[in-house]
Amino acid sequence: MTSTDATNLYLPDMATIQEVIQETSNIKTFRITLNNPDAMRNFRFEPGQVGQLSVFGVGESTFVINSSPTRMDYLQFSVMRVGELTEKLHKLRVGDQVGVRAPLGNCFPYEDMKGKDIVFVGGGIGMAPLRTLLLYMLDNRDDYGKISLLYGARSPSDMAFSYELPEWLGREDMTTELTVDNGTPDWKHHVGLIPNVLKEMAPSAENAFAVTCGPPIMIKFTIEALHSLGFKDEQIITTLEKRMKCGVGICGRCNIGTKYVCKDGPVFTNAQLKELPNEL
Amino acid sequence: MLTARYIANDKLMPWLLSLTETRQVLAPVQAGGQTLFAPLDENSRLDLKGLADASAKAALLPRCETLFEFHYSKGEGVPSKTELEVRETLPDQDTFLFGARPCDAKGFTVFDRVYDAGTRRDIYYCTRRDKTLVAALACTEPADTCFCNRVGGGPGDTDGADMLFTPVDGGYVIESVTEKGEAFLAEQPLMEAEERKEEARKVREAVSEAMPGGDPLGGTEGEVLRLFDDKEFWGGVAAKCLSCGACSYLCPTCYCFNMTDEVNGDDGVRVRTWDNCMSFQFTLEGSGHNPRDGKAQRMRNRIGHKFSYYPELHDGNLACVGCGRCIVHCPVSMDVRAIVAQARDRALAKEEHAND
Ligand SMILES: Cc1cc2nc3c(=O)[nH]c(=O)nc-3n(C[C@H](O)[C@H](O)[C@H](O)COP(=O)(O)OP(=O)(O)OC[C@H]3O[C@@H](n4cnc5c(N)ncnc54)[C@H](O)[C@@H]3O)c2cc1C
Ligand code: SF4
Ligand code: SF4
Ligand code: FES
Repeated sequence: MTSTDATNLYLPDMATIQEVIQETSNIKTFRITLNNPDAMRNFRFEPGQVGQLSVFGVGESTFVINSSPTRMDYLQFSVMRVGELTEKLHKLRVGDQVGVRAPLGNCFPYEDMKGKDIVFVGGGIGMAPLRTLLLYMLDNRDDYGKISLLYGARSPSDMAFSYELPEWLGREDMTTELTVDNGTPDWKHHVGLIPNVLKEMAPSAENAFAVTCGPPIMIKFTIEALHSLGFKDEQIITTLEKRMKCGVGICGRCNIGTKYVCKDGPVFTNAQLKELPNEL
Repeated sequence: MLTARYIANDKLMPWLLSLTETRQVLAPVQAGGQTLFAPLDENSRLDLKGLADASAKAALLPRCETLFEFHYSKGEGVPSKTELEVRETLPDQDTFLFGARPCDAKGFTVFDRVYDAGTRRDIYYCTRRDKTLVAALACTEPADTCFCNRVGGGPGDTDGADMLFTPVDGGYVIESVTEKGEAFLAEQPLMEAEERKEEARKVREAVSEAMPGGDPLGGTEGEVLRLFDDKEFWGGVAAKCLSCGACSYLCPTCYCFNMTDEVNGDDGVRVRTWDNCMSFQFTLEGSGHNPRDGKAQRMRNRIGHKFSYYPELHDGNLACVGCGRCIVHCPVSMDVRAIVAQARDRALAKEEHAND
């Protein structure tokens, strides 16, 4: 017996890859559309929510929807190649089919952030979740105060979204700073670790929010730097990663105490993180 | 309870077999020196003496189940294009689960709160739950590892069951618990037994009174959590653990699962299988980072989930029903009762110390 009247939490929607962008040597961006035109038209999500992408025969993994809900031509996922599924994803081409279960999880508190200055600090693939919120804010520019972005990667060739950087650098209504650990002769931006560049930038903590995402070690020192600039834990927002399966709070894999990263997260303020048992 | 019926001992097996004509009957039967819930047939040897070795949870959450099938095929016209078809496979079998102990039945209520939570309905579980009648069997001889009475249950409880069988002189009194159970019993060729309800009640009461008591193990949410960072405690508790996972696989309340794909040529299935938080792989991330990379952290999560996190999220209900299977079958004799009691004592001692 098959029935489609009740929603099946585990059954992915079928989607087609419309575009593949080689971002760096190990990151690819996939732009996909749901095969069912009604489903695509009615698809709603909020900045920060994630999806489970399926390669049928390999399995599922979690990725941030890094396009903006204000631009619904496609759903965008950027995928770093680290293991089995991401390896297979990287082999797919335009026209290939994937499954998608989305949107899952909570979102950035973009309503509470209205009227505030916003400081984005992204490292490596951690730029992906920031991108969705940044685009959303740029598309609702009047709702937000000063917007600044600090994006860092290992080297210039490790910078994802490089085709968008000139626009961000050129915009009058935002400040963009780039940094790499290892520069090249033609690199015109910062060389140095993100937290150090952040301290040089010295954004004001007054009436501001900082959103940071990246490798755990980067987040740790970025939060320290933000503290030294006067940011309180409630003003610092980050996203957590945990190995996930169901994505809806049932399979029991992603809990930290009573919180499930898949449904109570992935977005948390640093104040919320401090309330959690120490098991990150 | 609504109405009561009676079935004589020698009529039980024939009656259960008659039910197999229209549905699957799962019952505790002897198999290779163990007693396990399995589909009943003429050759089955029913074993109703005590608690089955494994819980009855597979009736509602199979060890391994197909969620959907998929099929790749060459696209028409464009040879390089592959088409993909996905078909969901929902459970469709009616089941009569016989001989689940009250603790096993109560275990289903632990599942219900997670798998059937308002808008978030696990359609596979919920379909099976709808199609399954749970016939619980009251206990007359609790083992010394049984502690249902310390975790909010009892040997004659009916939580999670559709009907309750109570052994009485010569047979069983069957009482319905839910309307679903009542409707089923109404259709069965069973004797009315209103007058024997009292006898059944006395049997249950006697067992319940004879069962050794002990401090309730509920209400320790705070204590378990206060010990979160006590490495010495969790390290000590987990020192001899082998990470074999027997405790979780046999437990009627452990419900964590994994999802994986299996392929054979162009065809494949996505299956879900039981998983176990005592395993190192459970939380291992793609980056190599593992938030629970030691036995101590994993033990803390298992105990924490059952006695702290779950009750906090679900109105104080524990995710342990006191069946004691994890105690009986643990190869290094871990005793969950003792761990929780120690946790409470230690947390309280610490608190007193802090107040000194
Ligand atoms: C909320 C959230 C958002 C995310 N967003 C993004 C994003 O936008 N972009 C992005 O690139 N990533 C993102 N990730 C991370 C991404 O989900 C993982 O990198 C991805 O799941 C890895 O999948 P994989 O199948 O390729 O790796 P796997 O092959 O599953 O695992 C990688 C490694 O894990 C270990 N491992 C896994 N399973 C086993 C096992 N059974 N036994 C032994 N070792 C094992 C091995 O070391 C293996 O090499 C996000 C994660 C979360 C939770
Ligand atoms: S934790 Fe042990 S005693 Fe409690 S329900 Fe599970 S197997 Fe039974
Ligand atoms: S724990 Fe209670 S309900 Fe379970 S078998 Fe023992 S006595 Fe029966
Ligand atoms: S991924 Fe299953 S509970 Fe979070």
